Amino acid sequence: MSTGSASVGRNGPGFFGRVFEGVGDVGEITLAWIESVGDIVLFAWQTFLWMITRLPRRDTLVASFYQIGVRSLPVVALTGTFIGMVLAVQSYSQFRAFGLETQLGAVINRSMFRELGPVLAATMLAGRVGSSIAAELGTMRVTEQIDALVAMGANPIRHLVVPRFLACLFMIPSLTIMAVFMGVVGGGFYCTYVLEIDSFYYVSNARYADANWDLCYGIAKSVFFGAAIAILSCYRGFHCLPGAEGVGRASTSAFVQSFVVILVLDLLLSIALDNIYYVLWPEMAL
Amino acid sequence: MAGDGPVSDAKPTRKPSGEPLISARNLTVRFGRQTVLRDITLEVPRHQTLAVIGESGCGKTVLLKSLIGLISPTSGHVVYDGQQLDTLNDKQLTALRTRFGFVFQNAALFDSLTIADNVAFPLREHQRIDLETAYHRVREALAIVGLPSGVMVKRPAELSGGMRKRVGLARAIIMQPEILLYDEPTTGLDPIMSDVINELIIRTRDQSKVTSIVVTHDMKSALKLADRVVMLYPTARLEEDDRQMIFDGTSEEIEECSDKRVAQFLRGEAGERLQEMREQFESSRMHAAAR
Repeated sequence: MSTGSASVGRNGPGFFGRVFEGVGDVGEITLAWIESVGDIVLFAWQTFLWMITRLPRRDTLVASFYQIGVRSLPVVALTGTFIGMVLAVQSYSQFRAFGLETQLGAVINRSMFRELGPVLAATMLAGRVGSSIAAELGTMRVTEQIDALVAMGANPIRHLVVPRFLACLFMIPSLTIMAVFMGVVGGGFYCTYVLEIDSFYYVSNARYADANWDLCYGIAKSVFFGAAIAILSCYRGFHCLPGAEGVGRASTSAFVQSFVVILVLDLLLSIALDNIYYVLWPEMAL
Repeated sequence: MAGDGPVSDAKPTRKPSGEPLISARNLTVRFGRQTVLRDITLEVPRHQTLAVIGESGCGKTVLLKSLIGLISPTSGHVVYDGQQLDTLNDKQLTALRTRFGFVFQNAALFDSLTIADNVAFPLREHQRIDLETAYHRVREALAIVGLPSGVMVKRPAELSGGMRKRVGLARAIIMQPEILLYDEPTTGLDPIMSDVINELIIRTRDQSKVTSIVVTHDMKSALKLADRVVMLYPTARLEEDDRQMIFDGTSEEIEECSDKRVAQFLRGEAGERLQEMREQFESSRMHAAAR
């Protein structure tokens, strides 16, 4: 026993050895991460090239638009309604303390237009569609369906990625508008019927000058979110590891990575769009 | 040269007639540190049916996928009809692949499409063809593999394993390829359905004079179908200088081959593997007892 311990002690890497090993591991992880980011960028570039050179067949596109856009509408509408009502509940007591409860509409609407509408629609899309795309493409990879496409001389990015990418890109603005609309309706309903705020003052205060800009702001953000969800989910599906566990991990990582990227993009786009706003309307920069 | 494969005392192999249609030259495929194929050189002449046999994990499927460019070799190259695959661009490779038909182990039919759309897929991808004509060709292809046109409206999940394999074959032959690659065509099927698939492969070969490469570990199929048989051996069990292709000859020659590894495979005997398993079991039991 003691001999064994002594031998381990003699052959072990030692303090500096462990430090170097740790640095090596960190370097390896960093390199793998950079490689993975590079792969995703190349994947997105190939998708873009196929999108502009040869589109998939119309029936494939229509099926993707229906699956990704139309079938996501109910859940986005439902969650949008509840988020609007929750905003009313959370803000009411604080606004009432200052006697400003009739101003609640402006706060709810602005929050829905600029932030909650696009982020909520994107989160629902990542959860409902992103993980399903990754699982579907992952299963296709595992069952050699993607190999079959290649063997038949068909490009898998054109057939599998481009329709899903276009569907996410073009359907997410509609989903965002639905989330915003239902949030505004839900918040308005709760404030006027449950909290009994005077509907005349609520509606007249809810109207504000920048509403159109805010709606465009939300929709512009959502387009980037949709593109990120589609690329990340398809990429995860394409690079799925074998077996049921591989498919499960691809599906989970598609959602988690999409969600993180949505939040990072949200911050960056908010800063960029605010700067654009102040360039267009410098008088508003106070 | 196909015939220079055997390192055993197998009989000399049949010489291919004329230019080979497809050849692998010094093909090596590695996944990470694992070498799956090591320096494989193989030539397949036109109209020949070649069976690639060997135990699971010996690299048969990897060889088949390398031949069509689904897996890029670590070194060496594949030459098809005078064209080296690794020098072709995407467009040329796509055009070349339309001359291939590939029957996958589990058929690899697209779950989201009907059988009609699955079989019509290569036609609609590569030919400007209206849907009615495409479906007419699908009906013909399904008839060749003995399936009624009623299956056209079904989805792959609604078919049995044997039917799915036949649909996979129909999809592979609809473009009238020059070469058909079969990956374990009879695996997972009952003996009767296996025989049906074998007959279909023979009928397809005889009717269209297609060159075929069949990867299988079903010796009955291999002996029934093949003009020539090649046997691969797992690289992990080979010495540094051993050749991975341990047999290359006709189906008559393989039955008389005196190489122990070939003979054991033909008879389905585990041989020293059983001894290894026993030793492994014993050593793990002793470790457990020592703890």
